[in-house]
Amino acid sequence: MTRVRRWLPGLLLVMPSIIAIAVFVYGMLGWNFRLAMTDRHDEISEGSFVGLENFVTLWDQKRWGISVDHAIVFTVVFVGGALALGWLLAFLMEKGIRGEGTFRAVYLFPMAISFVATGVVWRWLMNSGQDERAVGLNRLFDSLGLDFLQWEWFRNPDWGMAAMAIPAIWQMSGYVMALFLAGFRGVPEDLREAARVDGCTEWQVYRHIVLPLLRPVTLSALIILGHISLKVFDLIVAVSGKQIITDVPAVFMWVAVFDSHDPAKGATIASYIVLAVSVFVIPYLVWTLRKERRP
Amino acid sequence: MTVTETPAPPARAEDPGGRARRRAGRARGIRLALLVAFLVIFLIPVYVLLVTSFKPLTEADPGRAWALPEVWTAQPWRVAWEKLAPGIWNSVLLAVPGALISAVLGSMNGYVLSKWRFPGADVLFTLFLFGMFIPYQGVMIPLVQLLVKLNEITQSLTGTPGVFYGAIPGLLLAHVVYGIPICTLIFRNYYVTIPDELIEAARVDGAGMLRTYWSVVLPVSGPAFAVVIIWQFTSMWNDFLFAVFLTGPQSWPTTVMLNNIAGAQTVPYSQQMAAALLASVPTMIVYVLLGRFFMRGLMAGALKG
Repeated sequence: MTRVRRWLPGLLLVMPSIIAIAVFVYGMLGWNFRLAMTDRHDEISEGSFVGLENFVTLWDQKRWGISVDHAIVFTVVFVGGALALGWLLAFLMEKGIRGEGTFRAVYLFPMAISFVATGVVWRWLMNSGQDERAVGLNRLFDSLGLDFLQWEWFRNPDWGMAAMAIPAIWQMSGYVMALFLAGFRGVPEDLREAARVDGCTEWQVYRHIVLPLLRPVTLSALIILGHISLKVFDLIVAVSGKQIITDVPAVFMWVAVFDSHDPAKGATIASYIVLAVSVFVIPYLVWTLRKERRP
Repeated sequence: MTVTETPAPPARAEDPGGRARRRAGRARGIRLALLVAFLVIFLIPVYVLLVTSFKPLTEADPGRAWALPEVWTAQPWRVAWEKLAPGIWNSVLLAVPGALISAVLGSMNGYVLSKWRFPGADVLFTLFLFGMFIPYQGVMIPLVQLLVKLNEITQSLTGTPGVFYGAIPGLLLAHVVYGIPICTLIFRNYYVTIPDELIEAARVDGAGMLRTYWSVVLPVSGPAFAVVIIWQFTSMWNDFLFAVFLTGPQSWPTTVMLNNIAGAQTVPYSQQMAAALLASVPTMIVYVLLGRFFMRGLMAGALKG
C-alpha cells in the first residue's frame, strides 16, 4: 500500500498526457485504419466495411504508382546525398578548424527555416527556363559558360525527383553533420593514439577504429532522414504545388481529401505512409530501448 | 584495442618533423578550402533571396537575375508585409502560448518518468516516443473529423461557433498534443542527470512529489526549458501540414499565407522573396541568439541526451 502511495501521484500527474497520446496518436491511427477499410468515398455517406479492398484497388490507379516511384527516387537521392554531404562536412571539421563555429552555424541555419520559405527560392533557382528565358541556376550555368548543365530540374519526367531532393539535402545535411561531428568527437583520442602507436596509418585509423564506432550515429541519421523523406510534403507543395510530375504519397493524400473529397482513399494512402515509416522506426525504437537498459 | 608491447614503429619517428608538419599544414589548407567552398554554396539561396527582394519591378529581367539591384527599393518588403501581417499575427498567437504549454507538460512528464517512476514507466515512454515518429498524415483525417465535431458540439451548447476546426485554438491543441513526445524526451534526458540523492533527501525531509518538483527540480530546469520552448516555437512557426489541414482563411498562419502568395503566378519574385524572408525572421532571430539551445533540441530528436 505504501508502495502504491509512492508512485500513484506520479502516474496521476502524467495521466493527462497519457490520455492525450492514447486518443490522439493510437486512437486516431486506429480510426484512420478503420476508415481506410470502408467504402466512404464521399463526405456524406456513412460507409460500410469493405476490408482491405481500398488497399488493393489503390494500386490500379496510375497516379499512386507514380507517386510511389517518386517517393523512392526522392528517398534514395535525399538520404544518400544528405548522409554523404553531412559526413564529409563533419570529416573536414572533426580535427578542429579555425572558425568552426561560423561553419557550423551556416551549415545548420537552413534547419531553422520552414520548407515553405526555402521552397520559394528553390523554385526560382530550379526554374526550368533555358538560354534566353533562363533564370536561377540555369542562368548561372549559362553565364559561367557551363550551358550544358542546364536542364529542366524538377520538371524532368525521369529524374525530376532527384532535383527535388537538392533543397532537402541543403536543408538537412547540416543536421547530419552535427550528428556525425558529435560521433567523431566521441571517439576517445587514446584509442586513435593507441592504433597509431601500433603502426596504423591515419587512413587505417579511420577505417578500423573511427568508422565502426560511428555505426550507431549512422543508423540514427538514416532513420531520421528516412522518416522525413517518406512523409515529405511541405517542400514539394512549396516548390511545385500539386502537379502530378512531382507527386508523392503525402501530396496525393492531400488531393484525395480536399480535391477528390474521398476520405476512404485519403485514409488508405495515409495508412500506407504510416506502415512504410513503422517498418523501420519500430525496430529502431525497440533497439534503442534495449541499448539504454544495458548498463 | 590492445596496446602491444612492441615499441612504436619507426615510420613516424624517422619522419623529419618539418615534412610531417608541412604535410599536416597542407591537409589543413585543403580542408579549409573545401569548407569555404561549401559555405559559399550553402549561402547561394540567401544571396538570391536578399538581392531579389530589394529589386524594383523594372529590374525583373532574367538577364539581371544574379546581379545586385541597380536601384535598391524596400517596396517589395512593404507589400509583402501588408499581405503577410495577418498570418504572422496568427503564428504568434499559435507559437508563443503553444511553446509555453508544451514546456510545462514536458517538464512534468519528464520529471515523473525519470524521478518519480511508476511500474511500466519505460514501456509508456517508448509508446510516447513512437508518437514522435508517426507521419501526421496517419492521424490527419480523424483529427479533422474530431475538431469539426467539437465545433458542432460547442455551437449547440453555447450558440457561438466553435474554435477547434478552422481556428487557432484547434491548431494549437494539435501542436501541443503531438509535441508531448519530444518535449517529454528532452526533459527526461535532462532530469536523468540530476542525482537521485537530491530527490531522496527531499523525500526524507518529508517533501511530496509536487513539493520536490517545485523546490528541487524546477530551479535547475532552466536550460531544458530553453531547449523545449525554442524547439516547439520553431516547429510550430514552420509547420505547414497541420496548418493547411486545420485552419481556414481567417486563421491561416504565416506558412500557409506565404504559400498562397508564392503560389500565385501574378506576384512578382521580389515580393515572394521578401515574404519568404519576412516569414523566416522570427526563427532566424531565435537561431542566431540561442542557437546553442536549438542544437540540443535537434540532437534530442536523434534520441540522444
